[in-house]
Amino acid sequence: MYSYSEFDEAFIRARVAQFSQQVERRLDGSLTEEEFRPLRLMNGLYLQLHAYMLRVAIPYGTLNPNQMRQLAHIAETWDKGYGHFTTRQNIQFNWPKLKDVPAILKALADVEMHAIQTSGNCVRNVTADHFAGAAADEIEDPRPVAELLRQWSTDHPEFQFLPRKFKIAITGSPNDRAVTRAHDIGLRMVRNAAREPGFEVMVGGGLGRTPMIAHTVREFLPKADLLPYVEAVLSVYNTLGRRDNKYKARIKITVHETGKEEITRLIEDRFAELRPLFGGNDQALLADIEAAFAPPAFRNAPTDAYDAFYAADHAFRAWADTNLTAHRNAQYAIVTISLKAHGETPGDATADQMRLMADLAEKYGHSDLRISHEQNVILPHVHKSDLPTLHAALSQMGLATANVGLISDMIACPGMDYCALATARSIPIAQQISTRFQELGLEQTIGAMKIKISGCINACGHHHVGHIGILGLDRAGVENYQITLGGDGTETAAIGEKTGPGFAYDEIVPAIERIVRAYLDLRHSAEETFLDAYRRVGAAPFKAALYGTEGEKDAA
Amino acid sequence: MSRRFIPKVVTANDLILGDAVYLTADNRWSRLHSEAELIEDEDHANARLAFGAAQKLIVVGVYLADAKPGPNGPEPVHFREEFRTRGPSNYPHGKQVETAN
Ligand code: SF4
Repeated sequence: MYSYSEFDEAFIRARVAQFSQQVERRLDGSLTEEEFRPLRLMNGLYLQLHAYMLRVAIPYGTLNPNQMRQLAHIAETWDKGYGHFTTRQNIQFNWPKLKDVPAILKALADVEMHAIQTSGNCVRNVTADHFAGAAADEIEDPRPVAELLRQWSTDHPEFQFLPRKFKIAITGSPNDRAVTRAHDIGLRMVRNAAREPGFEVMVGGGLGRTPMIAHTVREFLPKADLLPYVEAVLSVYNTLGRRDNKYKARIKITVHETGKEEITRLIEDRFAELRPLFGGNDQALLADIEAAFAPPAFRNAPTDAYDAFYAADHAFRAWADTNLTAHRNAQYAIVTISLKAHGETPGDATADQMRLMADLAEKYGHSDLRISHEQNVILPHVHKSDLPTLHAALSQMGLATANVGLISDMIACPGMDYCALATARSIPIAQQISTRFQELGLEQTIGAMKIKISGCINACGHHHVGHIGILGLDRAGVENYQITLGGDGTETAAIGEKTGPGFAYDEIVPAIERIVRAYLDLRHSAEETFLDAYRRVGAAPFKAALYGTEGEKDAA
Repeated sequence: MSRRFIPKVVTANDLILGDAVYLTADNRWSRLHSEAELIEDEDHANARLAFGAAQKLIVVGVYLADAKPGPNGPEPVHFREEFRTRGPSNYPHGKQVETAN
């Protein structure tokens, strides 16, 4: 894993010192809130409904055990004993006090972490496939490139005041687990005819008020050209982006208004100017970073114990079937630890749970932990013979829920339980849906299903790309939930379609149940997933299930 | 039809804690909505808003929120304001436990 250079270390420490003084000056009145607000946002500190919230970046979703333990320590010392993992591979602390924030930032710096650029109109935390470096289908580990982008974008003087925020996602696999098509820039590793690795570059994706799937501006970009190319995209956007209207300021609108052809031409022209200015230092740096991401020393040992346990233990088998993914080393598995225990808050982990996951990563997982955008924790490298012991340890701490990829493995944003921008609550809806389908005992029968819930149009809960998406709105002073169907966040990305009028807070869970029952009735076989079935039959049968057979009402 | 003024309270977040607070008639910031001054008149509302907004070392994000009279003092009208009087619904955190006696 990458360790901070002297430069990184000095930069972060200087920032902590600056912000500590800024907080002091706010508290003694020498800074007004108007002056202080942009400064605190630059350091990830938001003011929410009930308290401040500190958003800490987890670069490309990668943590080591000491960092995870430090997050536990912060949660216990300055918060309420837990943290919330987000769809941006960040962790949010919901209850810090303003005067304690400098101490928290110092504690983060002690483990090479920070909250810089988790807010504001700059390049945000670069997100990556959470199975990076482990997945069987991967061409190359994308994290060295993600780290290069992190270093390049951190405090980049040209890109601190972009028209709007800017999100980059990267995957090293043809199967997209990083929702790259819904980002400002999506990078998907592919090979050219000569079998060399490079990137498909996608630009202008985004969710929010105007959801859009990114356009491919380059089918194949050689790896060595990545940084000048990304800089060219940013540079074109920085010039063209609509600074006059916040709702039209994201690059997706720039791409839409400029047209794919023209924006591609502008990017390529700018790239031609920038490319010669990159003298190779970026590649030298990348080589150093790549060395830091060398694969762990995999153990060579029999896996019979795993096979025997799998055959004998029902609970273990159920967990292995849902929560394990194929590793590139056949003796190993990728473990997804579900943070979606039924009835609990999606993405939350207590300090004790964080510490256990850190210990297990150290003992059985080559000291590697990942946070997925789906709000789960991943141990990317576990030898199969260790899985029974690992599973038993997770069970002790409420971390062995066997539901990854199933209906209760939902994404839910904080919604109006915390977020100042929310128009309705998300968390209780997620809690009720998972509890309901557990009661019904239908989860396994339903199979692969992604429900995603956002508490407002900003779509942090990725509802547009949920197989079933739920968007919480305020309709005349009452919470109301709009449903979309058929969304997809993978390499076959699609934006879900609205079904029609929304549902009240106490109607939304029964409405979801009606959709699911309609699916179970019409699917050809258990192998036909909800998304497949939706693509085959369209929205009509589901609208009938939602609104009755007398016909569809107009969309609200 | 003349539009009647919807009564208001002045609310904000505490500068250090971030918790929701309400301006009382005797110029305190209370953590209880029920202790807020219920303002029935627009001019007075604006005056109280200006008074609250000036207290930059105590509060942040001062605004007027709709409210209505209740048996124990003013009550929120909108669900967002109601949530602010309680705390989150997924854990017993915030006012619902801290101000309960
Ligand atoms: S989607 Fe809206 S409610 Fe949910 S976290 Fe984002 S801004 Fe807040």
